[in-house]
Amino acid sequence: MGVKKAITGAQAAAEAMRQINPDVVVAYPITPQTPIVEHFATYVANGIVDTEMVPVESEHSAMSAAVGAEAAGARAMSATSSQGLALMWEIVAATPGLRLPIVMPLVNRTISAPLNIHGDHSDVMGVTTLGWIQIFSENAQEVYENLLLAIRVAEDERIQLPAMVNQDGFITSHAIEPVEIYDDDKVRAFVGTRSMERGLLNVAHPRTIGAMALPDYLLEVKRAQEEAMSRVFEVYHSVAKELSAITGHEHPLFEAYRLDDAEAAVVVLNSAAGTAKVAVDAMRDRGMRVGLLKPILFRPFPYAEIRDALKNVSAIGVLDRSMDFGAYAPVYSELRNSLFELDKRPKLQSYVFGLGGRDILRGDIEVVFDELLSGSLDPERQRYIGLRG
Amino acid sequence: MNDVYEVRMHGRAGQGAKSGAQLLAEAAFLEGKYIQSFPEYGSERRGAPTVAYTKIAERVLRSHEPVLNPDAVLVLDFGIMRSIPVAVGLGQDGILIVNTKVCSSEIKQLAGFDGPTYGVDATGISLELLDMDTPNVPMLGALVKLTGVVKMESLESVLREYFLSKIGAEKVQKNVTMLHRGFDEVSA
Repeated sequence: MGVKKAITGAQAAAEAMRQINPDVVVAYPITPQTPIVEHFATYVANGIVDTEMVPVESEHSAMSAAVGAEAAGARAMSATSSQGLALMWEIVAATPGLRLPIVMPLVNRTISAPLNIHGDHSDVMGVTTLGWIQIFSENAQEVYENLLLAIRVAEDERIQLPAMVNQDGFITSHAIEPVEIYDDDKVRAFVGTRSMERGLLNVAHPRTIGAMALPDYLLEVKRAQEEAMSRVFEVYHSVAKELSAITGHEHPLFEAYRLDDAEAAVVVLNSAAGTAKVAVDAMRDRGMRVGLLKPILFRPFPYAEIRDALKNVSAIGVLDRSMDFGAYAPVYSELRNSLFELDKRPKLQSYVFGLGGRDILRGDIEVVFDELLSGSLDPERQRYIGLRG
Repeated sequence: MNDVYEVRMHGRAGQGAKSGAQLLAEAAFLEGKYIQSFPEYGSERRGAPTVAYTKIAERVLRSHEPVLNPDAVLVLDFGIMRSIPVAVGLGQDGILIVNTKVCSSEIKQLAGFDGPTYGVDATGISLELLDMDTPNVPMLGALVKLTGVVKMESLESVLREYFLSKIGAEKVQKNVTMLHRGFDEVSA
């Protein structure tokens, strides 16, 4: 039996980390990630976890120390946001190539400039090409469950890749919601401990991590990394099935909400998907056939499955909480790619919303649905929700 | 009670709008309700205007919108009504509770609200008992008296749980007294 608690998304991440009981946690405070490490630090101080917590002077050092610990064979975690992720970029980029399955909660916050502490996805969208598994969470409950799922997928011996679990800064990280925390023993049995098989401290099987690879070998290393990434889907499904036995619900690659007979659909990540569900319900009550697709696993991106889920929808609006200047917005770009293989493609429209934490209201999403149903779309020109002047 | 009961609390940083919104949510959670509570974060500094929200419902709350059409608005510092339109989105069937010694016609005019308006000297109660201006707890007492949105016992339990380790038993008891004083002393 689980226990329901009224906690924030940040606390939900800390609760997952408590149950995961990592050997090492290295982090540096940054708004809005700080309360994750704050709460976790009290578990360390009170002896509730066995974790060695390493205080460092920057995020660059945080990820460097996490890499060192993980290479030795420990289960290491960190957590960050925005500028912190930017500062640790060098080591974040190296981690997948080193095949170190570090799991890190990322509390999404806009990247400077202008300086702004609030939520959008410009931090994570700057690192999606680096080879981390990327998972997105609508609310605090999903933050908690996705972290448990991520640790098993990342550490699976067929994968051995790092994973980030995303949540919206403030909107999720600082809002109090009911979260069901599942039984410690069951969760601990599910997450297990990291195998020492690949650790440098496994002296019975000495190995090298981080060797130089010149033009004669680098391509093969990267190809192997891509092979591992492509195996994530099957591992995710089997881990999700095990997790379902604890949570009592499914853990799909994406959530299809009232999509079955939908004429128009919205695609959106993280917390805005919750608000979009309310808009979908309101419009369904008025007899309009609308639905939502909420991507959960974003890297690797499930192109074929998403194509299949959207193949009968006439018009799709993709809502991006970040921009890719001079190019299609990141989520929109993936949806276009995904749908290209269809003979009869849906009409598409790109929308940019919520930058720097600007609110998105159910009414804004209803306007999107009205536009999608009216058919006056321009797939090559993005629209801005709530843009002034 | 509407499908979702929504409360908006306006105050100044340091007065406890965020904690007040959270205490109310936790009291409702204790009664088995679905809840959401979050503040608006600006550039935080003591004295700056702040706003915090509580949503209470019988079913899961999926929207992450701020509270735009509150059922009740609590104003922790009447001075902010000169610059903040606290009653925006508050319907005629909603209620406004202001931290003030007297709920005068000037206060009502300042609030820009024609509906039911109440006053409670939450700062006076807080200064008397804690020697600090933390009006959030008496304001919650007033809200319970006028709306019954949660039970007093629930708020009392949450106060004990929330504050005991932080401020000790004596001050927790004073907070419980403040809650009841707000309940008893609110008037139109």
